[in-house]
Amino acid sequence: ERKKYLSILKRRGMTTPYTFIIVGKNDNPIYEAEFSLGQKRDSNLQSIQTTPSSSSSYQTQGHSLNQFILHSALDVVEESVWKSNSMYLKVVDRYGKSFISSFVSSGHMKFMLLHDKKDEDAIKNFFADVFELYVKILLNPFYVLNSPISSSAFDIRVRKLAVKYF
Amino acid sequence: NKLPFLVHCVLTMNKNVNIVDRPLTKGAKNEVSLSAFSYLFSEIVQYSQSRINSVPDWERRLSDLGYSIGARILELYSLREKNLKRETKLISLLSFIHSTVWKLLFGKQADSLEKITEEEDEYMIGDQSILVNKFISVPKDFGALNCAAFVAGIVEGIVDGAEFPARVTAHFTPADGSQRTTILIKFKPEVIERDKRLTS
Repeated sequence: ERKKYLSILKRRGMTTPYTFIIVGKNDNPIYEAEFSLGQKRDSNLQSIQTTPSSSSSYQTQGHSLNQFILHSALDVVEESVWKSNSMYLKVVDRYGKSFISSFVSSGHMKFMLLHDKKDEDAIKNFFADVFELYVKILLNPFYVLNSPISSSAFDIRVRKLAVKYF
Repeated sequence: NKLPFLVHCVLTMNKNVNIVDRPLTKGAKNEVSLSAFSYLFSEIVQYSQSRINSVPDWERRLSDLGYSIGARILELYSLREKNLKRETKLISLLSFIHSTVWKLLFGKQADSLEKITEEEDEYMIGDQSILVNKFISVPKDFGALNCAAFVAGIVEGIVDGAEFPARVTAHFTPADGSQRTTILIKFKPEVIERDKRLTS
C-alpha cells in the first residue's frame, strides 16, 4: 500500500523527496520539515519550492507516512549510537527505495533524514550546518531543552540549507 | 554628552539581529572579566539564599542553575572543539570534562581526575582553587555549603546530556592546609554496566 501512496503522490507531482526531523531525548519530535524540490512543476512557479509541513491532504498523508518511517528507524539509531563516536551515522536504515540517514549530536539529539538519493557528502554537510543552527537556538537561555523549536528564523535557515545541498 | 550614546542605542535597537544569524565561533575567544563574573555569581548566591530554607536546598538551586548551562556546553564545545565527535565511553567523557570543559570555562585544566577504588561507579574531579569560590567565604553557620555546587550542576548537565546519568556533588576536602574542592560524580548502575559491555 505504501507503494500506492508514493505513486499517487508522484502522479500529482507532489513527491516529498526529503523529510527531515529532529528528535529529542524522549523520542519526541522537536522539529520537522519536508523539502520537495519541484523539478516536475511548471516553470511559472518558483523553480525550487520547499513546502511547509501543513499543506493539502495528499501531502499530509504522505507526510505522516514519512514521519512514521523515520520514527520506526529510531531503534536502529539507538543501537548505532554506541558503536561509533562520530556524530554522522550515515545510512542507518532503508525503506523500500528510500534511505534513512542519521546524525546524533553529543547531547543525543537525533537528526534524521529520509531521502531517495544517496549523496553522503551533501547530507553530511547538511547535518553539520543544521547542527550549528541548533546549537545557536540552544544558546538562547529561554529555550527549554528538548522542547519544539518554533523559531521561524531557524525554519527559514534550514530550508535554505536544504536548497543549498539538495 | 549622553545624547550620542542614546542615539546609538536607539539606532541599534532597530537592528533586530536574530540569534541564528550571529556567528558562533567568534565567541570562542571571548573572555569575561573575573570581577564581573564574581559579582554576578555572588548576586546569584544571595538571590538563591532568600528563597531556600536549608543548606542542601541552597546547593540544589545552584546545581539546577548549572545544569542548564552544562547541557548547552556539551553541544557547544563539541561543535567548537571536537569536530563532530561524540563520547561513547565513560573515561573519554570524563577526560573531556576534566580537560576541555575546565579549560574553556576556567582557563586551565582541572587538577586531578580520580576513580574511587572501593566503589566502581564513583569518580572525582579535583580542583585546588576552583574559580567560582575565589571570592567566597562561607561563615560557620552555613555549615558545609559549597558554592561549587554550581559547577557540579554544570558537570551533571554534561553527563546527563551525553546519556551517562549521574548524581554530581561538590565537596571540600582538606589538603595541605588549604581547602581543595572535589566534584564527586556517582554514575547510575546502568551506565557502568553499559560501559563495561562496550569496553570489553
